[in-house]
Amino acid sequence: MKIHEYQAKQLLREYDVPVPRGYLAETPEQARELARDIGSRVAIKAQIHAGGRGKGGGIRLADSPQEAFQAAQGLIGRRLVTAQTGAPGQLVRAVLVEEVLEIVKELYLSLLVDRSRQRECIVGLASAAGGMDIEEAAGADPGRIVQVAINPGTGFSPFHGRKLAYGLGLERSLGAAFSDLLGRLYQLFIAKDVSLLEINPLVITRDNKLLALDAKIIFDDDGLYRHPELTGWRDFAEEDPLEVEALKAGLSYIKLEGNVGCMVNGAGLAMTTMDLIKLAGGEPANFLDVGGGASAEKIEKAFRILTADPKVKVVLVNIFGGILRCDRVATGIIEAVGKANLSLPMVVRLQGTNREEGSRMLKESGLTFHVAQGLYEAAELAVRLVS
Amino acid sequence: MAILFDENTRVLVQGITGSEGSFHTREAISFGTKVVAGVTPGKGGSAFEGIPVYNRVIDAVQAQGANATAIYVPAAVAKDAILEAIEAGVSLIVCLTEGIPVLDMLTVKYALKGSGSCLIGPNCPGITTPARGKIGFMPNFIHQEGSVGVISRSGTLTYEVIWQLTSLGIGQSTSIGIGGDPIVGLNFLDLLVLFHSDPQTEAIVLIGEIGGTAEEEAAEYLQGNLKKPVAAFIAGQTAPPGRRMGHAGAIVTGGKGTAADKVRALERAGVRVERNPAAMGSTIGEMLNPM
Repeated sequence: MKIHEYQAKQLLREYDVPVPRGYLAETPEQARELARDIGSRVAIKAQIHAGGRGKGGGIRLADSPQEAFQAAQGLIGRRLVTAQTGAPGQLVRAVLVEEVLEIVKELYLSLLVDRSRQRECIVGLASAAGGMDIEEAAGADPGRIVQVAINPGTGFSPFHGRKLAYGLGLERSLGAAFSDLLGRLYQLFIAKDVSLLEINPLVITRDNKLLALDAKIIFDDDGLYRHPELTGWRDFAEEDPLEVEALKAGLSYIKLEGNVGCMVNGAGLAMTTMDLIKLAGGEPANFLDVGGGASAEKIEKAFRILTADPKVKVVLVNIFGGILRCDRVATGIIEAVGKANLSLPMVVRLQGTNREEGSRMLKESGLTFHVAQGLYEAAELAVRLVS
Repeated sequence: MAILFDENTRVLVQGITGSEGSFHTREAISFGTKVVAGVTPGKGGSAFEGIPVYNRVIDAVQAQGANATAIYVPAAVAKDAILEAIEAGVSLIVCLTEGIPVLDMLTVKYALKGSGSCLIGPNCPGITTPARGKIGFMPNFIHQEGSVGVISRSGTLTYEVIWQLTSLGIGQSTSIGIGGDPIVGLNFLDLLVLFHSDPQTEAIVLIGEIGGTAEEEAAEYLQGNLKKPVAAFIAGQTAPPGRRMGHAGAIVTGGKGTAADKVRALERAGVRVERNPAAMGSTIGEMLNPM
């Protein structure tokens, strides 16, 4: 789960990690008032999940309350396009009005889970190339990135902070503050089931203090059940409405750009089905895993969501019945197609338990199903039916 | 021979009285698995269809000589169940549960180091040794005894491939679903090592997907060390970056973990990477019987 910068900073404040003074404004008038309260130069920062706001014009400086008003007016209610939003951009509904401080140096600091073998732990990454794209910096000069592995079995120890601080060449006077900051970020990471915590840039101010100028936090979806205080932070407006609907129906659905819709039981098989469509010369419209249950009700919901995408011209159903019996699946499909009043061509490929029974039921249903046997054959047929 | 699960495996089921645990235990027994005990705290002293149920894992180990466990408990208590099995000295732990928080799994990995236990999963369909038994819920009918070792991150995709093999008369030594999560127990590399020294296994199939570097780590191990023919399929060539494709571990982050990278790494190591999943069975057939 992603959150906005202002929410991430709120969390940092809770853990006594220094952040600039800043407040959320939902109208240009509010922005003007807040700028007046802050009383000095402010940054007006569009609050969207995607990155690349700086280069996309989503972060503007204002030297007066009136400038703050104008900057906010130019952002709120409009779609901001950045390198990470894609062409349609993202609607900006609020801005963060934040004091601007004098910066002496910009650093990069993040905590994330390292899943590579024998290194399964939380890794702290730091670089003196703050503010920049860390991937670019890493590519250009990998030596500029310092790392430390923190094992949750042993927890945080001050040397973790020292390894990064000295590795960055920070002045001794900052070493203790840096270590303390890292320790707090680690506590936050562990306490809230974080997947990624990125401070880019972590700045050193003129009075030699560390400050998190930007913060990005992504939570482990599988940890959310034990953080009810976080679920209210989810911004559904940042997500595709069909994907949100699917989530509520207990379906795993991701909208893509193509026109061959697919419905599959199992994530690996669903990805494979998308790959097969491409292999057969088509473009998948989506990823959809109906999961192990695949009751008639779920299949009906899945059809509705799939076909709510106007780009979909053909539906390919690919089911491997293990515990799930193909005749039950066939019943579900027939009912669902009837109820959803589906007129799109459908290719159904069933394999596994009671395959013959299920295929027979589809053929005799009176509805038009193209029943395929092989995996590739099914994809090929679906692609052909688009034209 | 097979690996990890053989005729000496005696299974206890943590969560035997739950709906998942009870259903799949029946299926496993009909497949020939020796299920010797169940563990459900609070239900000790009762029985599930003739199988004694205990309050603690240690009781099942001591009373019934259980040396493996099937864990069918909800995500919120799965870490606890695994830790209990490690403490009780159970050698083979198979956790089927989906949705365990990543940080819980980091703690589990820490606990496994230096213990006598190995873990399969979580979020996996389990392990099956045809003609011996299974832990998990791979459908019974797809398997046939033979000489191909299967290692996969998927569920139904694994069944597809195993069924293709069986349909061609190509049997399997052991099939293992390692799971779709970012942090799992035994991985491709660990199982390749085991399959390499298993006399029953003559060829190996890897079914991978986007996310992480497990396939690349396997490729590094196989480089200059390919003792038996290996075929692979990598799902997710068309997956968009940064999105979790169903499985928590199936995500391309920061440009890393793409299907293309995995395919490249495996091919460099001499693995035959099949682009068409419908042809996996026939490809392995060719590898076993080159013309």
